[in-house]
Amino acid sequence: MVIQQADAVTRVTAKNLWKVFGPAAKENAPEQLAGLSKLEIQEELKSVVALRDVNFEVKEGETFVVMGLSGSGKSTLIRCLIRLIEPTLGELMIDDEDVLDYDEAQLIEFRRKKTAMVFQHFGLLPHRTVLDNAAWGLEVQGVPEEERHARALQVLEMVGLNGWEHYRPSALSGGMQQRVGLARAMASDPEILLMDEPFSALDPLIRRDMQNELLRLQEQMRKTIIFITHDLQEAIKVGTRIAIMRDGEIVQIGTPEEIMSQPVDDYVAEFTRDVRRSTVITVGYLMQNSTTQVNAEDSPSHAIQTMKTANSEAAFVATENGRYLGELTLAEAQAAESRNDTSVSAAVNRRYLPVFAKECVEDALSKAWSQDGNLPVIDDTGVLVGQIERDALIQATFDSEEALA
Amino acid sequence: MASNSPQNGHRFSISKFNNLPGIQRFAIWLALFACLSLLLVVIWEPGVEFPVNWGAGLAAWINDRIKDITREGAFIFDAISNVVLYFLLFLEDVFIWIPWPAIIIAIALVTWRMVGWKVALFAVGSLLTTGALGMWTSAMETTALIVVAVVISIAIAIPVGVIAARSNLIDAILRPVLDGMQTMPAFVYLVPAIMFFGIGNVPAIFATVIYAVPPAIRLTNLGIRQVSSETVEAAESFGTTPRQLLLKVQIPMAVPTIMAGINQTTMMALGMVVIASLVGAGGLGEDVLRALSRFQPGEALLGGLAIVALAIITDRVTQAAAKGRQDALSGERQL
Repeated sequence: MVIQQADAVTRVTAKNLWKVFGPAAKENAPEQLAGLSKLEIQEELKSVVALRDVNFEVKEGETFVVMGLSGSGKSTLIRCLIRLIEPTLGELMIDDEDVLDYDEAQLIEFRRKKTAMVFQHFGLLPHRTVLDNAAWGLEVQGVPEEERHARALQVLEMVGLNGWEHYRPSALSGGMQQRVGLARAMASDPEILLMDEPFSALDPLIRRDMQNELLRLQEQMRKTIIFITHDLQEAIKVGTRIAIMRDGEIVQIGTPEEIMSQPVDDYVAEFTRDVRRSTVITVGYLMQNSTTQVNAEDSPSHAIQTMKTANSEAAFVATENGRYLGELTLAEAQAAESRNDTSVSAAVNRRYLPVFAKECVEDALSKAWSQDGNLPVIDDTGVLVGQIERDALIQATFDSEEALA
Repeated sequence: MASNSPQNGHRFSISKFNNLPGIQRFAIWLALFACLSLLLVVIWEPGVEFPVNWGAGLAAWINDRIKDITREGAFIFDAISNVVLYFLLFLEDVFIWIPWPAIIIAIALVTWRMVGWKVALFAVGSLLTTGALGMWTSAMETTALIVVAVVISIAIAIPVGVIAARSNLIDAILRPVLDGMQTMPAFVYLVPAIMFFGIGNVPAIFATVIYAVPPAIRLTNLGIRQVSSETVEAAESFGTTPRQLLLKVQIPMAVPTIMAGINQTTMMALGMVVIASLVGAGGLGEDVLRALSRFQPGEALLGGLAIVALAIITDRVTQAAAKGRQDALSGERQL
């Protein structure tokens, strides 16, 4: 997944984005503002800085989470992306067009076709049925009633609301209302989905359901998502990358593991304190990429040669196309050689259960507890990608427990 | 040296003054004010009268302007007058042409379905009494007058309310104007009303609209402003045009509040019935006015009670309509 991202196209780029409320918004050049602190702008210019020189990129198919406490500017930021709030300065490139240059007609077209947004308090229209709410985006675009209702039914079914289409939103529970919000956003099949604290107003259990629902839908849809939250647990669960905001500035951008393992300052570290690192950091993040590896079809002598060159007592065995088969010790290879075997495949032992690269440390450790030494690490397709010592897993888990205490 | 120690200092100082109890400070201010006024009277001798009186001149100027408007705008006023009169007379004819039992049954059904059987019973009883006491035609004339005045009020109030909801500046300008329309004694605008439209039903409707339109404007404005900002943002985020936003989100969601405004407008229009008759409107108001000029308290009371009955029926029905819409919005009633 990490590799996919590096190749993926950049869909959204924010460059030096500022939002200032008050007189300073009109009178001051960016250089002037940049030189002043938040307090100076507040005291001397009687203005409030909501976004301060924000820069980020969002890649195709990524869930980019913006996290921060209330007042950190995250809601302002997401509203600036579709100009529900007009940014004061900066550039906002979406697919090589600067959204801030759009005139009103272009902006309306952009909102209709490119993006859709899900709101914290749902923002449903109480005087319309669930069906008409889900069809809202299409209705605004002028899609004929029959067609938009058919599409709305389709998305309502996707979010598990079939049978509810003729009720009004107020007849539904909070979780179900947000499913309508999600259906409404997906009905117009937007390329970029904006989610402003979509699950914050829901009960914890419902919230978890909805997070799983989003992950499930994202698995199918592969949308580019910008997701706002104040909850790091949620950010880690849904996010491909996370940007942490404070006082209108982005203080750190990174994968969940980077945020957890290398917080840039105390502010970020404070957030990570509530999350057990061993549930976030994956095996893939800690593993060694190089292993002593032999092919199942190799001759015993070749395998012995490989191990001796690597100065190793054992090697992992993989098939022609890289899939993990098992382990081979030097002694076993020598035994095979003395039996005059043509390949090492018969000598391979299955002592070690492989762990998955995308598994978190804690899950991996529960499987690997009884296995001493180096463990093979495989990806989703079973291909051997590296190795990790059991003690490193124990260490990582133990460290985070200690950090909690 | 003394001023440095306030406890035993003898010189007057500001800090010492500020330390005095409130009542003493007030007494000192009062004494100062009295001395100054006395001094002013002694020196200037202004007398009782103001030194200038511009009132007469200003009033004369306004008179001239209104005369100009009457003369220059005659064709507009005539056109308005004709349309309004046509509409009013048509309605009056219809109401009087429909046999009274049909009207009473229709009102009974409407009140019963929308409000409840108690109000329906009251409506039937009071309408039968009105008819039996010989005021049926007057009541129908008054109803026609009120309907026309309320329709014109709504036609003005909704667009004006919408504009006020969209612009804080216009809202700020409109607010004192509406206050003025509601508190200005009706006689003040009855005079130009007669000048513009002549004696009759049309100036009566004009005056009624001026008095009755403010609540509908205010509540339209309020209703649209009350629509939650997240709902508006959510609608806009899907690319609504301003027109779609207004017609599909803001106005539908403001309907209960707008209906409450229309209810108040109707009540205030009914309150103007007698004053409207001063400039020539017919109906129950005329009955009351005639009774007043002939010292007939009995006739006046009966006419007044008939107006009250009309007011109660209209109020209950329009309130029920507003509440029904509110319930539909908050989801207590399914489609």
